[in-house]
Amino acid sequence: MSNASKQPDWTKPVAMAIPKGGLFKDKVEQGRYGPIFPKTPACYGFSIIAKIKPGTEENFYQYARNIETAVAGQPDVLAVLKLHYLRWNLFDIKGDTYFQYAGIFDTDFDKYTEDAIAIFSASGLNTVFENLEGFPEDWKTNAPAFVKFVRDHQRPSFLEYGEYPYVSADEIKKALRLKAAFGEMLDQMQ
Amino acid sequence: MLELDDIQHFLLMRPRALAARYGFLSFRRPEDGRAWLAGIIDRVGRGRAEAAGDHTDARWVTVAFTLNGLRALGVDEGSLATFPEEFRQGMAARAAIIGDTGANHPDHWVGGLASPDLHAIVILFARDVAERERSVAEHQKYAAQFPGVEALSILDLEATPPLDYAHDHFGYRDRMSQPEIEGMGVTPTPGSGAPLKPGEFFLGYPDENGPAPPLPQPEILSRNGSFVAYRRMEEHVGRFRDFLRQNGNTPEEQELVAAKLMGRWRSGAPLVLAPTKDDPELAKDPQRNNNFNYGTMDPHGYAVPLGSHIRRMNPRDTATNMNRRRMIRRGGTYGPPLPEGVPDDGVERGLAAFVGCASLIRQFEFAQNVWVNDPNFHELKNERDPFVGTHDGSYDMTIPKRPIRKKITGLPSFCTTKGGAYFFLPGIRALKFLAAGAREG
Repeated sequence: MSNASKQPDWTKPVAMAIPKGGLFKDKVEQGRYGPIFPKTPACYGFSIIAKIKPGTEENFYQYARNIETAVAGQPDVLAVLKLHYLRWNLFDIKGDTYFQYAGIFDTDFDKYTEDAIAIFSASGLNTVFENLEGFPEDWKTNAPAFVKFVRDHQRPSFLEYGEYPYVSADEIKKALRLKAAFGEMLDQMQ
Repeated sequence: MLELDDIQHFLLMRPRALAARYGFLSFRRPEDGRAWLAGIIDRVGRGRAEAAGDHTDARWVTVAFTLNGLRALGVDEGSLATFPEEFRQGMAARAAIIGDTGANHPDHWVGGLASPDLHAIVILFARDVAERERSVAEHQKYAAQFPGVEALSILDLEATPPLDYAHDHFGYRDRMSQPEIEGMGVTPTPGSGAPLKPGEFFLGYPDENGPAPPLPQPEILSRNGSFVAYRRMEEHVGRFRDFLRQNGNTPEEQELVAAKLMGRWRSGAPLVLAPTKDDPELAKDPQRNNNFNYGTMDPHGYAVPLGSHIRRMNPRDTATNMNRRRMIRRGGTYGPPLPEGVPDDGVERGLAAFVGCASLIRQFEFAQNVWVNDPNFHELKNERDPFVGTHDGSYDMTIPKRPIRKKITGLPSFCTTKGGAYFFLPGIRALKFLAAGAREG
């Protein structure tokens, strides 16, 4: 018996309603740093929402430009995070400014926590996080404190949808590579 | 510089030992535990630079403690709270994270290893069985003075013949690849990477991330210590041989299947360097037998399948932060060898091994959780480590091959976890501190 038959069908869009708290109580997978939020048709993801320290807003815009330059210079700089997409927002509530870090990943964050911390140090992503209220000062050497901050500020979604559900970024890239190769082959045959 | 006089020898040296005994202890009376410990500290092996090692030794003693053991000896709750959470919980409580489910669940463990009464392990490595027996008799005489120190269980180990090289019951050569530590003066074999900062294995030293991280308290207890994960893994030799016969028509084909599961021929020759035919000379040559990578030499796994054991346990250049995930392995085989051609006799045999590191959660648990048991490691979808992964017959093994890959479905379980524990391996000063009732003497 193989689990292969259980592999999801990418041709059928799927929506998933997620219970309050983000976990399906009867099948919670335990990760090293706590329960793992489930994989959904939109893969893994998180939305961290945290208040920024007053007067630091400009740092966030500056950092966005830094990331743009870093990725242009070294396209695989964030590869370890196994990302699909990142969306960052700043917004105001009652005069305070909040930061939202929404990301879609192919792996649960728990598995690569320490790699993420290393990337944050190396790429200077810390300049964003260190401007959030409550971010642990010793995060570079204290992975559990870093994880606690992320978990405390995680707002799990209650609905996720995938037009091509459960497909990884690597699979998409492979499919596009194949398509490109076929296209080239067809051109050569003309 | 490493304080070799204070660090237990266990993770620093690997003397040639053909026999061992592990004793799993409970301190029923703390004062007996402390007195027992006080009397054996002088027998505990200390680290030495390899070159200056005294090769006349015939036995090597190591002592390590669970969290409950530290508590029993008198370490206060405030200090215990500064130890890492995963160590405080213990291996049995971390079962779901490291893959000890189903037949591997702590409910089925033997030797009292899942019990909160497990306080300490005393490890004796001996040059041969006779020396072990002599040392055991001597220790029994000594321990008889301390009735409050109870042995929950013992495990005797002997090297599996042929004795000219270390290998497991399945026949795979062991000890092919291990990290070296900066400052020990040992040049790593080609392909083994640069020596690692001592803080990856010993508390109180700079690690691959930078300066020494904060120590658990008090420092006298934690400095020069390490964390050790113990694993007792039964090897189902009959099932493994049946599997090879079912998946290979000739002895040569069967050897190739065995090699593909491991990533090396059973001789130890790496598939990256000997992809089609075994090369016993290569296997024996430390200058060559570890000198390969995956990223440039075998990116698609045509030699070493992406899901094979050695590609998971040490992904080399295909993992990030590899130097933060290295571990030092120790241990040996237990149980009688199963002769070739003989059906499985149902007697337990296997590996009883230790993984030493500075952080169980970052090193050992990461390897178990991600490299060993994540079915989607390397985008494989439905595979786990063929040997140490958790299996129930529902996982596959893909062997990349031209023109068409070979996929083995329903891989059987070749190994079962029979026990395990997290220990703290203190330095010598810390042992004296513990023997004095967790007070600075």
